[in-house]
Parts: sequence; structure tokens; C-alpha cells
Amino acid sequence: MELRKKDLLTIRDLSPEEILFILDTAESMKEISTRDIKKVPTLRGKTVINLFYEASTRTRTSFEIAGKRLSADVINISSSTSSTTKGETLKDTGRNLQAMNPDLIVIRHAAAGAPKILADALPVPVINAGDGAHEHPTQALLDAFTIREKKKTIAGLTVTIIGDITHSRVARSNIALLQKMGAKVRLSGPYTMVPPHIGALGVTFIPDIGEAIRGADVIMMLRIQLERQQHGLFPTVREYARFFGLSRDKLQQAKPDVLIMHPGPLNRGVEISPDVADGPYSIILDQVTNGVAVRMALLYLLIGK
Amino acid sequence: MALLIKNGRVLDPATGLDEIMDVLIDGGRIRALARGLKPAAGSGAEDVSVLDAAGLVVLPGLIDMHTHLREPGHEYKETIQTGSRAGAAGGFTSLACMANTSPPNDSASVTEFILEKARKEACVNIYPVGALTRGLKGEELTEIGDLKEAGVVALSDDGHTVKNAAIMRRGLEYARNFSLPVICHCEESDLAGSGVMHEGVTSALLGLRGIPPVAEEIIVAREIALSEWTRHPVHIAHVSTAGSVQIIRAAKARGVKITAETAPHYFTLTEEAVRTFDTNTKINPPLRSEKDVEAIKEGLRDGTIDVIASDHAPHSSLEKDVEYDTAAFGIIGLETSLALTLQLVSQQVMSLSQAVKKMTVNPAAILGLDKGRLCEGADADITIVDMDQEYAVDVSAFKSKSKNSPFHGWRLKGRVLYTLVSGTMVFQAKN
Repeated sequence: MELRKKDLLTIRDLSPEEILFILDTAESMKEISTRDIKKVPTLRGKTVINLFYEASTRTRTSFEIAGKRLSADVINISSSTSSTTKGETLKDTGRNLQAMNPDLIVIRHAAAGAPKILADALPVPVINAGDGAHEHPTQALLDAFTIREKKKTIAGLTVTIIGDITHSRVARSNIALLQKMGAKVRLSGPYTMVPPHIGALGVTFIPDIGEAIRGADVIMMLRIQLERQQHGLFPTVREYARFFGLSRDKLQQAKPDVLIMHPGPLNRGVEISPDVADGPYSIILDQVTNGVAVRMALLYLLIGK
Repeated sequence: MALLIKNGRVLDPATGLDEIMDVLIDGGRIRALARGLKPAAGSGAEDVSVLDAAGLVVLPGLIDMHTHLREPGHEYKETIQTGSRAGAAGGFTSLACMANTSPPNDSASVTEFILEKARKEACVNIYPVGALTRGLKGEELTEIGDLKEAGVVALSDDGHTVKNAAIMRRGLEYARNFSLPVICHCEESDLAGSGVMHEGVTSALLGLRGIPPVAEEIIVAREIALSEWTRHPVHIAHVSTAGSVQIIRAAKARGVKITAETAPHYFTLTEEAVRTFDTNTKINPPLRSEKDVEAIKEGLRDGTIDVIASDHAPHSSLEKDVEYDTAAFGIIGLETSLALTLQLVSQQVMSLSQAVKKMTVNPAAILGLDKGRLCEGADADITIVDMDQEYAVDVSAFKSKSKNSPFHGWRLKGRVLYTLVSGTMVFQAKN
């Protein structure tokens, strides 16, 4: 089996079979990171460019480690060192990078659809590492990998996503992926942070967080950007934490084997209380570990064959 | 030299005329309109050329009351010359051009510049729209009397809503002294925020920031209330939502003197078109939902919407070949408007006569122009169309300097073959 497209831009582009294929490939990649010598020669001589127009520690590092464990040469370009400050368009930056013959470009950008501009303009494969509030497909894949690792399957599970849905690319990619794999998706959070037409995506919105948690197999908390308070999306951080944050108290309504996830970075004490983040149900650090394996799998599948 | 147009299906929507007839043109005017006219008859001219229009439709020259010709200031996007040629190719013989040039058309000297350029370089009639407020800033009124004397036919801050309702009120009152209609761009700027597309199902999916329909509807309601209070007519530009149609319909029913326009893209495309992130779908107001499109069609059918205007908004690749968030709003429309409108005729939303009315007599009446008629004595502004000819839209063949159309590659039916302004052939389609 092979992936049909040269790029990974959205989860919507992937078939359920392709998703399973990526997750299965990631299983075999995961073992590499547990060896004493964490390196295989698979991508020797290949060049991967991480083109990051937005600050990122976790995702950029994860892609860099993934590339290096497969022996690719990884180059990082961040917005502060890129040509954007000189007024170059994204397409021109892409063409210039292409002229140096890279094998793959990973891009993160604040504008939804930006990775598609590169993918359409360049022959080199492009991986979307997050575009605006649109998609973050590798996050959804690593989340799926982690859920499957713990629950053995994704089909039939109920997953509740809580927080700022409107501005979340993580939520959009996860909704698409979980639905493709047969899970039920519930959303919760303040109405100010939920698109009015979200129901059209086939999800259930439950305004009360306790009710949204009840019976859920997985709870995904989303990061709240604190500056949104100034735009009237919530009255105070204190009130947000009290009504929409995940605390031990609210967890009492959850299933005894519930899993708690968060894409990071955490706002401890805001969307998630410290005891829950560090508690027994939390698989937040497993997500980070698995991120490397999933990204290794994607690099391998897109340019390793 | 006189011209005799033979055997065409001649429409004059003002009177409901729709018959196979001949049209004799001489001295820039329509001299005779009858069956079986002979080349020599009536005019006294010896040299009469004959145009065989059998199987073709002969219309009063189309009037586009909402275009952006970009001159002065943005000549790399369009000029009065190229815009007028694009208009002629689309069957338009008169264009009203909006004031958001650089500098904006907010003083008599800019109006005079536009008209002087038009006299020298335009192949169709150009009617400038003056700004209602200085610099389109919504703070101080322009010298409206001066603008009127210089030749503006209407006032508008198009591209912006006059945020301060009191300034808008005073603008309507003062414009009333000079009998200039005020054209309103309706958008509550705080609600629209930094939105780039319709807030609906597709924005929920794409994560692009949304512009809710209420951002338009709130201002449509405000302008209607102000029009009622000041007793001065307002014209609502580019209506895009079902709610706006409903508000306008209710106002007309109670006798408020308002008029409204929409653009072909609002009855042809939905928010779905944005899915590809094609920046040629980024327009303000944005492409709306299926429900809105249906309501716009109904509004056109029942007369709530009086006018179809292109909102021709040329932009170059500098503004469009970029990320969706940073791309400029606007698409060109002069060269596709008629064929897209004719789709409504084939869908039986409107009769041909009704549709043509919204592109001729209705805009002429709103702007106070003695145009849009096809009758004896009228200016010989005439558009001749082959209703059955199908063709593929090709932006590279457009006369417009800009190519930002979402309809590139579409197959459309109904092609303009000849455009005449004051009896002069200003466009003739290549075979």
C-alpha cells in the first residue's frame, strides 16, 4: 500500500485505510526510539526542511527528531530568520527552497490553507504542521495512535473535546479523523468559542461540561489562548477555569477508565488542573512520545520508498 | 454613417416590447424601430450599413451601476480605458465607477479628472460616483454640491459603512438638497471583524474567520430606518443574505423609497466555493449559503432586488496570489455578468425582459440617467447577444487588466456579439 497523495495537508484527504496504514507503520517506528542507538539509515541523503512561520517547540522538535532518527538532514527555518521580513511571498520562498532540491517540506503557518499554496506550487511533498485554525493532521494522527495504543481500537469510542473549538486546528483534524475511524465526537465549551454551524460536521455539542464528560472514553482538552479574554470570548480566566476547566471534581462524572489528552502546551490551572494533568488518567506525555513515531512513519511513507 | 440592424429580437423592458424588428440608427440615436425597414427609409442617409441580427437578441445597452475602475491610483489593476473595454466586451454601454480610488473621488477635481480621462480613453459612458465622506473615513461630509456640479451621479463610501449613524443621517439629509442617491455598503465592522469568508458550515470546516450575515443585516436595517427618517432614497449595494432580502422586502411593502442590487456571484456561488482556498472566491460581502442564494433569487424574482450589478473589483496577482487571510477582497465581473444572469432566465427565475430590466432601466432610474431604453429618439446604446452560443470562460482573453475571476473555465451560454455606444461599434466578438 502507498499513500495516494504526495502531500499530507488535511485529514479529510486521507481514507480510513490510509490512516490505519500510517498508524501501523508508526507502530514499527516506535521501537526505534527505544534503542540504545536511536538511528536507522532509511532516509540517508534526504533533506527535510522545517519551515515554521509560527513559534513551536514541541511540533518542530518532534519533526526534527523524527527526521534525524531516520538519518535525514533536517534544516529548520523559523519566521524570524526567514525572508518574510524582507517581504517575500510564501510562494516565492517555496520556489527558492525547491531550487535547492529538498525532499520534503514541513510547514507551519498562521494562515489556513498556506500549506496548500506550497503543495500546489511545488513538486516536493509538503506536510502540514498546523495552518491557522484549519488543520493539524499529524497531531490528530498521533492522538489516534495514542488512543488506539491504550484502547486497542477507535471505532465505537466516545471522545469529548472541550474548549476553544473555533480557533482550534487540533479539534478540526481530530473531529475528521475520529469520525472516519468510527468514533462518536462530542464537543463542549462556551458558546463564544464554538462555530454556530458546528453541528453540520456531524458532532454533538453539549454546553454543560459535566454532561459532556459523562460516559466519554476519552477527554481532549484544548489550550485556551489567554488573550481571547480581551475579545469577549470569556469573562475572566478564573471563571473559565471554574466552569470549563477540567478538575478532579468534574472528573467524578467520567468513566473509570477515561483517558485525558491535551495537545499542549498546557495552561495549568486554566483548562486543566495540575492534579488532573499529572494524574492517573492523563496520557499527555504518551502523546508527545508517539508524535515522534507517527512523524517518522509519515516521513518514511512520503519519501522513504 | 447610419446602421440598420435587421431582423433581431428587440427588447425594450421599459415598455415590455419583445418582437422581431429592425432598428435604424443615425446620428448616435435610434431613428426608427419597425418591421421591414429599408436601408434608405426614414433617415435620409445615403450610406446605410446593414447588420443582420436574425436569431440574435437586441437589447438596450447594459448599465453597470457598481464597478471599480481603479483609476486614479491603482492603474496596475485597471484603468478607465481597460475597464471600459471590459465593459464593452460584457455588453455594458454605461458604467458607474465607485469612489475608492487613490486619491478617492471625494472632490470635484478628482471627478473632473475621471470624466476627462473617460472622454479621451473610454469607449463606453462613464458615470463617477462621489464619496459621501472625505477620504471615505466616515467623519466629515464631502463637498456634495461641488461633486454634483462636477458630474457625479450618486454618492457612496463603497467598501465602508459610515460607522457613525449621525454622520450618515446628515449625509442623507444634505444629499437630498442635490437629489443625489446614496449607495450603501452595509457591513457592521465590529461584527465583521477580521473575517475573510461567510460564517457558516464551510468556515466551521476550514477554520477561516467568519463574517456573520447579521453584520450586513444590521446595517441594512439601519440605513432603511435612516432613509425613512430623512425621506431620502438609499440604494443597498451588493445584497448577499436572506435576512437582508427580507428586511428590504418588508421596507418596500410599507412604502419606503429604497432600492437594492445584488451581484451575479451572490446568486451563482455559495460558501462551498471557498473550500479550495482559491482567493478568487474572497469577496466582500462573502459568498453565502445555499439558503441565501435561494433568497437572492426570490428577491430578484419578486422585485425586492431592483438591480444586478457586477461589483467589478480588479486585483492583480500581488493581492491575490497570496494566503487567503491576506488576499484582497473582490472579483472582476464585467465580462461574465450577463451570461451568469442569463442562467437565471434559463432556470426560469426571471423572464429575459425582467432580467434585462435589472441591468438597464432600473439602474438608469436610480441614477437619474436618460439611458436604458430601446425606442425612437433614445441614445443608440445597444447590446446584441447570441443567446444560444456556448463558450468557455477564459480569463486570459479578458479585456480587463485583471484576471481575478472565480468563473475561469466555466461553460456559459449567451455571448455578446456587438456593443454599440451612441451608434458606434465599440465591441465586436471574434469568431
